Amino acid sequence: MPSFLNSRTIALVCVTLAGSAFAASHLSPEVSGAINARKAHMGLYGHNLGPLGAMAQDKMPYDAAVASAAAANLAALANMDQSTYWVEGSDIAAAGGRAKAEIWSDRAGFDAEIEKLAAAATNLAAVAGDGLDAMKAGFGPVGASCGSCHKAYRGPRP
Amino acid sequence: MRWRRWILYALLLIVAGLWWTRPVALPDDALAGLTGDAEAGAVIYAASGCGSCHRAPEATDGPLAGGRAFPSPFGTFYAPNISPHPTAGVGGWTDVEIASAVMRGVSPGGAHYYPAFPYDSYQQAEAGDIAHLIAYLRTLPESDAANRPHDVGFPFNIRASLGGWKLLFARPGWVLTEAPTPEIERGRYLVEALGHCGACHTSRNALGGPQTAQWLGGAPDPSGEGRVPNITPGGLDWSAGEIAEYLKSGFTPEFDTAGGEMVDVVENTAQLTDADRAAIAAYLKAVPAVAP
Repeated sequence: MPSFLNSRTIALVCVTLAGSAFAASHLSPEVSGAINARKAHMGLYGHNLGPLGAMAQDKMPYDAAVASAAAANLAALANMDQSTYWVEGSDIAAAGGRAKAEIWSDRAGFDAEIEKLAAAATNLAAVAGDGLDAMKAGFGPVGASCGSCHKAYRGPRP
Repeated sequence: MRWRRWILYALLLIVAGLWWTRPVALPDDALAGLTGDAEAGAVIYAASGCGSCHRAPEATDGPLAGGRAFPSPFGTFYAPNISPHPTAGVGGWTDVEIASAVMRGVSPGGAHYYPAFPYDSYQQAEAGDIAHLIAYLRTLPESDAANRPHDVGFPFNIRASLGGWKLLFARPGWVLTEAPTPEIERGRYLVEALGHCGACHTSRNALGGPQTAQWLGGAPDPSGEGRVPNITPGGLDWSAGEIAEYLKSGFTPEFDTAGGEMVDVVENTAQLTDADRAAIAAYLKAVPAVAP
């Protein structure tokens, strides 16, 4: 047996491997749950933006019922209470993902972005069934709100 | 006394090197016969992204007061005031002095600029477009904000050494040497010359020179977290139409949106024509795929 494979080396390797496994899974259930919920929530935004965006980009014929249903979902999502989403210790540096530390250091600015999306989505839900032009006019501020929040508070992909 | 001769040779070599890499401004007649049109310049301004870096930090409009910080492995650079203020900005500069700064990275006083300013891209621009850009810059509001000195340590604070950087990395010429269609050629102009997309999307070597063999293949994000994505066909599988739509509305094909610095970029590309956005997309489809 080579001398470097003594029991002390093996023990050291085991401790190191266990340590890195711990580092990857050290998140508390509260933090990992919040991150999963945020991702799911964002996914639902994207799913419901799909038909509205396709109609706004003239890639799909306008359908008042489809537009209204999607916009109502967006408004419901945007008005949901998010107080359990943005828990301390769930930023990029602490937990991976893409939530920038500015969410916590500039909480008022971040809350203003949440309010802005809620207002824009509520307005879109009110006008989405009133014809393509009304829907497009309501859709613009929703997209702008996604962009302004992602500009300030979402980090790059890992 | 042989060592004295060697010191003499070394000094001569340094002097020759400094002379060879000295700052060379544009000739006085570089813009002769060109008349800048401010309206055309507004489009060049958007395509070149001047405002995204030179506006005051966090500002989305207002004068090009400068002050925004750009961290890098070499230190932190601060964008200068390029508003038309006669003393704090560039209002007192001649057109050729501004063009020399943009296209040669040389100040009116004859010093090299740091390549945080993407003159290595802008040198490929048409002189006529730069004349339009200068005419537009002169119409913008003034700011009296003082320039903040760069926070760069030794040896990178020796500006004379930047001549060597230019010699190695700011050589004129296109990265995509063959542009098979006029649309791809237009896209190449918008991406490589004006848009300077490679400044962020191409990785850099230890000296800060772009690694053109990995052109647009993605790079570590300067913030230290995450990566600037690979936008070659090796990393981006969107259709040309989807790329053009993203540059217009900021929406990805999955209706995610642009974030971070790209929000500023999309604000700029949204001001281009549909044909120009399609040209950028055609170019991105034509560059060699860099493996993800």
